[in-house]
Amino acid sequence: MIAALRKEFLLQWRTRAQAVAIFVFGATSLLLFSFAIGPNAAALRQHAAGFLWLGLLLSSTLTLSESFHAEMENRALEGLLLLPVSPRVLYYGKALANTIQLVVLGIALVPVMVVLYDAGTTRIPTILLIIVLGSAGISAPGTLYSAMTSQARAKQTLLPLLLFPLIVPVLLASVKSTSLAILGDPMEQGRSWVALLIAFNGIYWSLCGLLFDRVVED
Amino acid sequence: MAPTYRFPRLPHALVALGVVCLLVGSYFGLFVAPPEHYMGNVQRIMYVHVPTAWNALLAMTFAFGCAIVFLFTNNWKWDARLEGAIEVSVLLAFLLCCQGAIWAKPTWGVWWDWDPRLTTTAVLLFAFAGILALRRFVDDPVKRGVWSSVATIIAYVDVPIVYFSVRWWNSLHQQQSSPATVSSQFYLPLRLNAFGILFLMSGFIALRARIASRRLESELAPPQQDLVGELA
Amino acid sequence: MPMESLAIDASHLARRYGRRWGLVDVSFQLARGKVMMVAGRNGSGKTTLLKILSTAIRPDAGGALVGGFDVKTQREEIRQSTALLSHYSYLYESLSALENLEIVSRFIGGQPPPAVLERVGLFDRANDPVSTFSAGMRKRLSFARVLLQRPAIAFLDEPFGQLDPQGFVLVEEVVAELKRGGATVVIATHQVERLARIADVQLTLESGRVA
Repeated sequence: MIAALRKEFLLQWRTRAQAVAIFVFGATSLLLFSFAIGPNAAALRQHAAGFLWLGLLLSSTLTLSESFHAEMENRALEGLLLLPVSPRVLYYGKALANTIQLVVLGIALVPVMVVLYDAGTTRIPTILLIIVLGSAGISAPGTLYSAMTSQARAKQTLLPLLLFPLIVPVLLASVKSTSLAILGDPMEQGRSWVALLIAFNGIYWSLCGLLFDRVVED
Repeated sequence: MAPTYRFPRLPHALVALGVVCLLVGSYFGLFVAPPEHYMGNVQRIMYVHVPTAWNALLAMTFAFGCAIVFLFTNNWKWDARLEGAIEVSVLLAFLLCCQGAIWAKPTWGVWWDWDPRLTTTAVLLFAFAGILALRRFVDDPVKRGVWSSVATIIAYVDVPIVYFSVRWWNSLHQQQSSPATVSSQFYLPLRLNAFGILFLMSGFIALRARIASRRLESELAPPQQDLVGELA
Repeated sequence: MPMESLAIDASHLARRYGRRWGLVDVSFQLARGKVMMVAGRNGSGKTTLLKILSTAIRPDAGGALVGGFDVKTQREEIRQSTALLSHYSYLYESLSALENLEIVSRFIGGQPPPAVLERVGLFDRANDPVSTFSAGMRKRLSFARVLLQRPAIAFLDEPFGQLDPQGFVLVEEVVAELKRGGATVVIATHQVERLARIADVQLTLESGRVA
């Protein structure tokens, strides 16, 4: 497992220029969203959480499809499976690495959100927790699906098509809880949204790990 | 060589029976049942909407079952049935959304009211349509079967989660009554339509599965002795 | 032939690609410690056969025992004692030669990577990214990857491809070394003459069938 993680981090470090490009993409989308709403400060602040998570979600399709690009170039993934390495180990390594990449991206986008939408908050640990849980929720099924789509035709369109309906709960919960953290949470509703995120992650990290070896075997 | 079936005309019989039930049930629902107290005649759409909802969920559950059985047994019959079930699920989900919109417009003045059940249906419509797209874009039958089964399992497990999250999300906005009430004086049209759609659905799934089976047979055919390398 | 001395026991193997059958009704037996050459033109099914035997892909019909294990149901066990030199290099472009090998050795142990790099003549390029390598160097690195695994049965698919004359000599030396160490080697190639000296057995494929 450590070996799998080491490999992922090494690969990510080598291709870190891509991470910067993805951040720029995310920041640009946040900017475009604000143009769509117009210079209405109150509305922008109200919807800041939604924009942040939409931006993160769109960027995640780039991250996820990139994560299997290196594996498919020279069929390196097949090479590892033949060593033998357990597919489950490879899945968790990749899903974890993808989660961390998304978390870093999310953290980097928070200041952009604060500046563009005037959406500052002192509840930093809460926001951090939500970013971690939300990123994990996107990564678990996302890694599984990008393993599939990297081998199919029309891979760019297929991944978002499959992934987006599935993670509607993650999006709802993340947006809601982030919004409450920014705007105030008088009725302590944030807790139940976080619980939903935890449940989603629990279910999908186990389910996708179980199903991964069927997806990559030939 | 045409495949042999134990009951070759069964799907067609089911479809015919379904049409009959639907016609009779709809007649009762449209003309015989009394109008609902508050909503008037608009409410009559419930005689089709509720049965469609039951059957949509049934079709998706059946798809889920097929997916699991296929992954465990690798029996191609179940992949064919899965294909039929997914297509019918998409169709029923789409009909549900249309019916919901038709109900919402005269009642609330908007086409869509974010009712938790309908919103969940819309999400499921996209999820299962995505699985259909997946099947189109994968040429290898083995991968196609395994991947769409995996995707179906993942999508189905999400159903309750999506429903609860949308319900919580929507509860923060105004409470809207959902189109669930049915004239209690007349359950007959409801039951008739429910069975009607059930028969139609089963007939369609079976017919669709047969078409898929035939295609699979040609894709999976063993090598013929007289042909070398290339198969016609 | 008694089971224990058989490295490979294949019966009626077949594999489909879309509507085309790449391999049809292939059966043979290979004793341990022997070197088998699989000859045939491009498209005759050599690669498919090696991929099935090394468990990279499943057969669509028929079966085989490799090292006593079934290629359909005991793939993990087969993978532990076999290695495949494939058309694909199995390398990560953005990583260096040494890093690529270290990934392998971290997963399975095996010989230290620098020693193996030296054996294939890539020691001075150890820290260069694979993306800067020529086709011949990539082949050598893939070879190193196979040696690292110290397989009991090695499957080499076109080992001479992209190599220069020095590389040819390297391949012959390595095959001889593997054989001396008791390993079984299956080589797919169309350079029949070069290998005829070291090969013990030859299998020729034509249009997916044993010729």
